Amino acid sequence: MTISEDEVKKVRERFESDIISSYQDKDMVVFILKKEALLRFVQFIKEDPDIKMEQVTDITAVDWYQKRDVRFEVVYHFYSYTKNHRIRVKVPVEEQDPKVPSITGLFSGANWFERECWDMYGIVFVNHPDLRRILLYPEFVGHPLRKDYPIDKRQPLVKLIKPEERRERP
Amino acid sequence: MSDLNERVQEITVNMGPSHPAMHGTIRLLITLVGEKVVRCDTQIGYLHRAFEKMSEANKWQAIFPYTDRLNYVSPLMNNVGYAQAVEKLIGIDIPERTKYIRVLLCELSRIADHLTCIAAASMELGAFTVFLYCMEGRDLIWDRIEELTGARVTPAYIRIGGLARDLPEGFLDRTLSILPRIEKVIGDVDALLTENPIFIERMRGTGVISQADAIEIGFTGPCLRSTGIKHDLRKKSPYLVYDRLEFDIPVGSNGDNYDRYMVRMEEMRQSIRIIRQVVRDMPGGKISIDNTMYILPPKEVVYNTIEGVVNHFKLIIDGIQVPAGEVYDATEAANGELGFYLVSDGGGKPVKCRVRSPSFALMQGLEKMVVGGSLADIIPTFGSINMIGGECDR
Repeated sequence: MTISEDEVKKVRERFESDIISSYQDKDMVVFILKKEALLRFVQFIKEDPDIKMEQVTDITAVDWYQKRDVRFEVVYHFYSYTKNHRIRVKVPVEEQDPKVPSITGLFSGANWFERECWDMYGIVFVNHPDLRRILLYPEFVGHPLRKDYPIDKRQPLVKLIKPEERRERP
Repeated sequence: MSDLNERVQEITVNMGPSHPAMHGTIRLLITLVGEKVVRCDTQIGYLHRAFEKMSEANKWQAIFPYTDRLNYVSPLMNNVGYAQAVEKLIGIDIPERTKYIRVLLCELSRIADHLTCIAAASMELGAFTVFLYCMEGRDLIWDRIEELTGARVTPAYIRIGGLARDLPEGFLDRTLSILPRIEKVIGDVDALLTENPIFIERMRGTGVISQADAIEIGFTGPCLRSTGIKHDLRKKSPYLVYDRLEFDIPVGSNGDNYDRYMVRMEEMRQSIRIIRQVVRDMPGGKISIDNTMYILPPKEVVYNTIEGVVNHFKLIIDGIQVPAGEVYDATEAANGELGFYLVSDGGGKPVKCRVRSPSFALMQGLEKMVVGGSLADIIPTFGSINMIGGECDR
C-alpha cells in the first residue's frame, strides 16, 4: 500500500533541496514540498517506472488559521494502479500569495479538484485552463472553507439577470 | 441554392438543473451541431450543503448523520467509510462480529445502489417495468435496514468503534429469505434488458471512455471496471473481512454504457454471494469496543454510577478526543472509491473532514463520454454513471 524504502530514498536524493520533510505516516508516505518544485516532482513520480503514479485521487487544502505560520497547505493524494500504492504530497502556501502551479498539464483529472480548492479556499492554481467556481455560484463572496469565514454568514442576494444577459455569462 | 454548410450552426441547449433525466440536479450546457454534441459544460453544485464546513463545526461522533446524506441510496457505506477512517486515525481495532455486520450492511447497500442505478437508467430509456421491479428489490433491502436501524435512508447506525445496537432476533434469517426474491428481480431484469434489441441499441457503443482516460480523470468503481481494469479496493487493499470472503470482480471490455450495466448486474450477484458467506460465518460476541473513551458507556453504568455519568457527559460535551494527525482512508462504495481525508489537532472536532466522492470524479469525465455522440445518448450515459447529487456536491 505504501511505496518502498528504496523509492523514498530515490525521491529524497533527487529532490534533496526541494523536500522540506518526508515521513511515514499511519497510512502512507508523506512528502512536504516547496511549491516551486511541485511540477517537477509530480512529473517525476508520474514517469518514474518504480513509482508510476497514474491517478490524482484527491486535491484539497487545509487551513491552519492562527495555528501555524504558513496558513495553507495544499494536499495531493496520488495512486498507482499498477503498483497499488499511494503517496501524499503537501505544499505549504502563504496567505499573502496563495498560488500554486496547476498540475492539470500532467493529470487532466486534477481539473475539477483544483477548481473546488479555489472555490472553497481561494487558492489560485496558476495556468489552470478554466479556474471557475464549481460548487458555488459566480456571485458568491469569499471562500467558505477558510476558518475565518463564519459558519452562519449570509450572502448578498444575487441581482436578477435578464435572459439576454444570461447567455453572455461563462 | 444556398450552401448546406452555412445552414449548420452551433446551438446551445440547456439541460437541467430540473430536467426529468437529470436526477440529482445537475446542469449541462450543451453545444450542438445538428444532433451532434460538440461541447458539454457540466455544472454541478446545485445540491451543495457544505458537508465539510458542517463537519468542522461538529464533534467527531456527530458527523454520522451528515455522512448519511452523501450517497442517500447507500448511506450505510458512507457511515462505514467514515467510521473506518476515524478508527484508523485513533488506532482502534473493532470486534470480529462488528466487521461481519458492517460487510453485510455494505453489500446490502451495494445491491440497493446498483438496483437504483439500473432502475433509473432503464426508466429513462422507456423500460418502466424494469424500474418497478428494481424498486421492489430495493424496498426488500430497505425494509431490512429499517428493521435494524429504524430508518430507511438515514440510518446513522455505525459508531466509532462499533455499532449503535446489535442485530434484532431473527434478522439474519429474514435477510437470507429476501435473497431469492432479489435474485428473481435480477433475473427478471436480466431477461427484460440484457438481450433486448432496443436496449442494446441505446447502450452499446454509447458513452465510451478509454482505459487511459478513465484512469487519468479519476474514474473508480463500476465505471472504471467497465473499461477492463480489474481494480476493486475490496481485493486490492482488503478492509473489514473482505480478504476472507470469496467473490469475483466482474470487468467489461469496451467502457460503454452496456458494459457498465453488465458490470453492475454481475456485482449484485457477487454481493449476494458475499452476504450468504457472511451470514454463514457470522461470529457471536460484542458489537463494540470496551474503551469508553471512544464509545458511550452502557446505560446501567450511566444511570447507577457517578463515573458513568461523568464519562457520558464528557463524551457528549467535549466529543471523542482523536489524537493529532491525519489519515486518508478509502473504501469501495457502490460508485467507486469513497475516501475520507481527516485532519485532527487532538481536539473533539476535526480540523478537516474531506470526502473524496466517486461521483465528483465521474462527472468530470462526462464531457469526454458524450462529446461526439448524439444528444439522445446523454440520457443513457448519465444514467449509467449513476451520479448521486448528495455525494457529488456534498
